[in-house]
Amino acid sequence: MTSQVRPDAPGDIGGHGTHGDEPRPSAPPDPIKLRPADFPGWAHENLFSSWLNSILTIVFGVFVAWLAYRSIVFVLVSSDWTIIEVNLTNFMVGRFPRGQLAYLWGAIYLLAAVVGLTAGVSVANRTRETRSWRGAAGRYVPPAVLILVLLGFSNTLLPSLLTVGALAVTAAGYWAGRLAPPVVGRRIWVVAVLGLVAAYFVARTGGTTYAGWGGMLLTLFFAAGAITLSFPFGLLLALGRRSSFPAVRLVCVGYIELIRGVPLIALLFMGAFMLGFFYPDFIPKPGKVTAALIAMILFTAAYVAEIVRGGLQSVPQGQIEAARAVGLSPLKITRLIVLPQALRAVIPAIVGQFISLFKDTSLVSIIGLLELLGVARVVTQQPDFLAQGLDAQTLAFAGFVYWVFCYSMSRASQRLEQRLGVGER
Amino acid sequence: MAAEALGQRRAVRPPPWRDIRVLRVVIQVAFLVVVVATVWYLYNNLRSNTRLGFDWLQQPAGFSIRDAPGYSPGQRVLAAIRVGFFNTAQVAFLGIALATVLGIIIGIARLSTNWLVRRAAALYVEALRNIPVLLIIVLIYGAVMLQLPGVANAGEFLESFIFSNRGVSVPWYQSQEGATSYVAVIGLGVLVAAALWVWRTRRFDRTGEPHHRVLWALGTVAGFILAGYFVLGAPIALSLPELEGRRVTGGTSLGTEYAALLIGLVLYTASHIAEIVRGSIQAVPHGQTEAANAIALTGFQRLRYVVLPQAFRIMIPPLANQYLNLTKNSSLAVAIGYPELTRIIGTVIGNGNPAPPSIAILMGCYLIFSIGISIITNIVNRALSLEPRT
Repeated sequence: MTSQVRPDAPGDIGGHGTHGDEPRPSAPPDPIKLRPADFPGWAHENLFSSWLNSILTIVFGVFVAWLAYRSIVFVLVSSDWTIIEVNLTNFMVGRFPRGQLAYLWGAIYLLAAVVGLTAGVSVANRTRETRSWRGAAGRYVPPAVLILVLLGFSNTLLPSLLTVGALAVTAAGYWAGRLAPPVVGRRIWVVAVLGLVAAYFVARTGGTTYAGWGGMLLTLFFAAGAITLSFPFGLLLALGRRSSFPAVRLVCVGYIELIRGVPLIALLFMGAFMLGFFYPDFIPKPGKVTAALIAMILFTAAYVAEIVRGGLQSVPQGQIEAARAVGLSPLKITRLIVLPQALRAVIPAIVGQFISLFKDTSLVSIIGLLELLGVARVVTQQPDFLAQGLDAQTLAFAGFVYWVFCYSMSRASQRLEQRLGVGER
Repeated sequence: MAAEALGQRRAVRPPPWRDIRVLRVVIQVAFLVVVVATVWYLYNNLRSNTRLGFDWLQQPAGFSIRDAPGYSPGQRVLAAIRVGFFNTAQVAFLGIALATVLGIIIGIARLSTNWLVRRAAALYVEALRNIPVLLIIVLIYGAVMLQLPGVANAGEFLESFIFSNRGVSVPWYQSQEGATSYVAVIGLGVLVAAALWVWRTRRFDRTGEPHHRVLWALGTVAGFILAGYFVLGAPIALSLPELEGRRVTGGTSLGTEYAALLIGLVLYTASHIAEIVRGSIQAVPHGQTEAANAIALTGFQRLRYVVLPQAFRIMIPPLANQYLNLTKNSSLAVAIGYPELTRIIGTVIGNGNPAPPSIAILMGCYLIFSIGISIITNIVNRALSLEPRT
């Protein structure tokens, strides 16, 4: 069943993922655990079991050691990270007016509360316990390192204090979520979406709408905005593709296949150069950010549609027949029987799509928007840092931020998959 | 009486507004009317706001393209787009080949019994697939390629590779007299090898004797290559790149942008392919491995004859998806200035040509690539898929 839910799982035709995120199957558990007392035996079995293995171990050992050495030297010795320190605010929010940063912190606090609440509710609803210290460390260490690195680059104490406060709010939300009545638990996605919308309005209280955002803020805005807004559209496309009306099916298949056949950058070009022409005269032309967001929504909807279609196909036919037998109307069958099961099954794949989308937001730097990658590419043009070959530093920093986000989300998606028991039914 | 009641019920038709047969048609017609009207409205807006039509394709392009022999700025826009199309095709082809090789190696390494190899491969996969491919390409271009020494003091490796910030030069062949006949001879060798392959296979099917068809075929081709080389009097020669003052002669040179794009795409896609390979190998039922062990196959034999053939079958569809992605991702070269399709179309639009038809051409070309790859992989898929036993 998993392979139907995730269209590009091995063994299934069709695809998902903008730029293809395979299913992220949980890594096979290491058969042999490292026990210090038994190290010689372990090493013999795992590193030097045969001639070939010994050679491989030595060659790889030298190579990995060299790579580690070079990385450590790069990070700690040879690099001058002043450029990040000076531009940290640019990396985070771009040209966002510095006087209005307080509103952003307000939005962060709101989101922290929502995240805590969601986590608390989902823990309270958890049916099986999956707890391991190793897993927890793998999940929390990268984000913690990211926060520490970011705070380490800041010159004042205020961000650190505010971050501690945000973490405290998250903890409070978590506690509230565990105690919340089940009604909240069932409608938690409403709370999450409302929280996201509210956070946007808090952030723009000072009058700076998303058109004036930049850096990581813009990256997150694109990713969250595109996945949220494309979801209803993708859902309709998926239902349309499975419709019994040939005309509806044809239109939906045409749209999905057309969009999936072209690269995102072509759609971003379309948004930048062409979208304004579609508008009638009496509507103001869209700005650059709006145009890019619309292009991303149109793009993501096609991929979401394919994921949801996989979920729809995974609902056993017997369910639909049973619903028909008790006399439900087609609309009710879809709403009450098919969708709840289908959507539950596609959650991990949607997270995978979100990761893809998060990486793809970097493409808007090509059409001149300054999100995280865009900032990393332009700060080396500042007079103070011009022509010093600092691309390695700024790009490595941006890459690290992307990596932490994507890695954490992919781990979360694996856990979700296990917890939802998708594919185990 | 029951039959009569049934017959009566069949005769009574519901009123049209509740008749599902009527409703189906009405709903679909209404849907199509809405869709067509929307598209028509948008198209009309487009037409009244901007210039459409394709006559500008015949006008002089007016911009130059680096490393494009046979193209000059005076040629038509269409010629420039053609250069971009073939550049994209070239990057996609080479990228797919290299990414597949690297991906399969890393995917198998992830399942190695050697702890260090396994961990190193996992590190590679986890590190690369969680970073945007655009960032990887830009990083390789800006932080590696452009930081290489200038041509005057370019780096050399084994006296056959030359690195500088103008590109990477690698050994390449050089045609001498008789090169055309040599190609013909090699082609003939391939044909003979194919015939031998078929003959050995049929013989094997008939008698059960070992066919050794790979050895036979490769040996034949190698024989033709060697014999042709000596008979025709060295029709090709190896040309090593050499540094002469401020320029590199001999060999062939990959431009900086081309090399950065290719390396970035290959490294990124290989991390995804490695996961597919690993997943497919693990998806082969464990009983197959046990059975292979039970009949005392060696590790290599188990992989070659039992596990990989089955894994390949599982692998093809998601692999095709990655090939499509690599082709689409080659459009990211627009960020570093390699003149492939997207970059050229961007330049065309920037030169004042109408955007909507240009973007339509861009999308059309990528759809051609997508459909082409789909067709090829579908053929492979069908060839590999199990036929039901008769």
